[in-house]
Amino acid sequence: MGRFAKLTGVLALTTALAGPALAATELSMWYHGAGGDSAERDTFARIIKEFNESQSNWEVKLQAFPQIAYNDAITAAAVAGKLPDIIDVDGPIMPNWAWSKYMQPLPIPEEKFAKFLPGTLGHWDGKLYSVGLWDAAVAMYARKSVLEENGIRIPTLDKPWTLEEFDAALVKLKDSGKFDYPLDLAMNDKGEWYPYAFSPFLQSFGGDIVDRSTYKTAEGALNGEAAVKFGNWWQSLFERKLAPGTSQDTGDHDTGFLEGKYALQWNGNWAALKPLDKFGDDMLFLPAPDFGHGPKIGAASWQLGISAASKHADGAAKFIEFATQDKYLAAFSNAIGLIPATAEAAQMTENYKDGGKLAVFYDLSAKQALVRPVTPGYVFAAKEFRKALSDIADGADVQDTLDAAADAITADIEKNSGYGH
Amino acid sequence: MSSRTPETRATSLFMRYAILVLVALIFVFPLVFMLVSSLKPSLQLLSDTSSIRAFLPVGNISLDNYTASFARAPVALFIFNSIFITSVTVVLNLVICSMAGFSFAFLDWKGKDVMLSVVIATLIVPLETIAIPLLLVVNNLPWVGLHGIEWGWLNSYRVQIVPFLSDALTVFLFVQYFRDLPRDLIEAARIDGASWFQIYAKVIMPISGPVIATAAILRFLAMYNQYLWPLMVTQSEQYRPVMVGLQYFFQLNTDWGQVMAYLSMITVPVLAFYLALQRAFITSIASTGIKG
Repeated sequence: MGRFAKLTGVLALTTALAGPALAATELSMWYHGAGGDSAERDTFARIIKEFNESQSNWEVKLQAFPQIAYNDAITAAAVAGKLPDIIDVDGPIMPNWAWSKYMQPLPIPEEKFAKFLPGTLGHWDGKLYSVGLWDAAVAMYARKSVLEENGIRIPTLDKPWTLEEFDAALVKLKDSGKFDYPLDLAMNDKGEWYPYAFSPFLQSFGGDIVDRSTYKTAEGALNGEAAVKFGNWWQSLFERKLAPGTSQDTGDHDTGFLEGKYALQWNGNWAALKPLDKFGDDMLFLPAPDFGHGPKIGAASWQLGISAASKHADGAAKFIEFATQDKYLAAFSNAIGLIPATAEAAQMTENYKDGGKLAVFYDLSAKQALVRPVTPGYVFAAKEFRKALSDIADGADVQDTLDAAADAITADIEKNSGYGH
Repeated sequence: MSSRTPETRATSLFMRYAILVLVALIFVFPLVFMLVSSLKPSLQLLSDTSSIRAFLPVGNISLDNYTASFARAPVALFIFNSIFITSVTVVLNLVICSMAGFSFAFLDWKGKDVMLSVVIATLIVPLETIAIPLLLVVNNLPWVGLHGIEWGWLNSYRVQIVPFLSDALTVFLFVQYFRDLPRDLIEAARIDGASWFQIYAKVIMPISGPVIATAAILRFLAMYNQYLWPLMVTQSEQYRPVMVGLQYFFQLNTDWGQVMAYLSMITVPVLAFYLALQRAFITSIASTGIKG
């Protein structure tokens, strides 16, 4: 064998052996932000770039979907067996995807997330399936001058408004004659907003969407005494013209508080910067009222998880661990204004550090947040809850409507053999 | 003999035109609203909706929404994808369905009537009911590509075209139209020694402009407005059409000005296509009306 032949043989063998070792394994990742906040996309792109450069075993490739179409795209991909390695999932939907075998538990010790806000961790069947880089919180938007002018006490986290106080404040604001409505609940948004924003009211009254002690029925929770009390009060808000009803115009919701048409607004931290810019120090973000069983707000936003179809769960887990470093939690918060998942990351941000403009939302999330029912049946139950609240607002009989919703949810749970509970 | 005076005739004419203008305005207003709103900032757009200003290009007018739309989504890619998928599908669909219609209308073969009934019966099956089985089928189809045989058609143009190359409504339209053509034409051509294909291509199709235009417009609209199927089969942005692209604009805080700008842009191809074929389309509708 000639020297050239030997040399080429050695080169070929070296290349063949080195090839697989050098080539990074591709990890596909889907998320819901196509067309969304470019700062969010850029932050994801930065994390992915830095992860890919930080090691040579894995290369994450991002595919974005529009949020409205994302869940349907995941379902179709699951049917076709084409799920990616890493997915992002809305917190309350996660149990459904875990139960449907779209996702697998995270192969990461839970202690790594010990300092994360509770709402950022997605559990199902005792296992951690997803982790969020941020959480969201809702507060009662108000103006200090308006409350003082009307002699209304400014509530605090330690001493929120009671039902009686809150109701009296609304009546007083209405009687002032200065507002179209004293309270804007964003009734125009008929999506996930209803269960996210309004089920905490029901829970604070002592009811719930389902019975969380068993997750096998909604009877008693959604149509019991506490729930009916909530329903009656809810209906009265619209009967007494204290809040615009289901026919509210989107434009009115977007501009009403800023233009002084509404005195109070139940809104999330994602919309907080505009009124802060407009009203400055006069702007207040107040805690949820305590309707009898403690003040509550919703929790859990988008989280990262690993699809059941992934053959590279170890690589996907490495990426999730990498992405959940405090510096990235802070980067996301600075980019899109949401609440960073840890207190340490909060201190690294402009808005959520001590004394920051939105620091109050971190405290609200830490002290008042309650995740929506952790069950695969939530997807169905949320639709029934939404319909029931909409119907009651429109004047339907409270007991009958809640009974019908509870029956439908319970029947769905039974039809699905208890959803694994 | 009419007893109507010139005055009453003029009044009647005036009323008729007034009603027609009113109806035309009702149809035009949404388009005007869309175009005008696409030039306004979102907050102004929303506050204008409660007055006549909604239909007037007043206030802070600019092309900013168009610029922002291109920044938010690959608008040109989505429009190209839709036009490409729709054009190819419509052309091939017209060829295939007109041939099927010709066969049902003029050829004699066993089971023809039963087969036509079966084809028409599929009209009552909506795509949504067969979407999942269809997804499983296309996901397991082979394709010979640059890398040899590949399995699965997801993420491609063909998966958005092939399943729609024929449809019952278009076949039915052609059958109905062909059946009303004079049989003498066929018989004369047969006596002259023309083959069935020659009759189809050189005798029947050249006089079928109205039905071709009608079928083309209906298929164009159906294909251009596709949402569910492309959403299910295109995971890569590269192959997404305009209706999936529209969802890029519905976010937590939807910018309605950008939505209107995007809608204005994706409406242009539809309007252009309709205007190009409208004369034949109206002829077809009119001729349908006087039959029977």
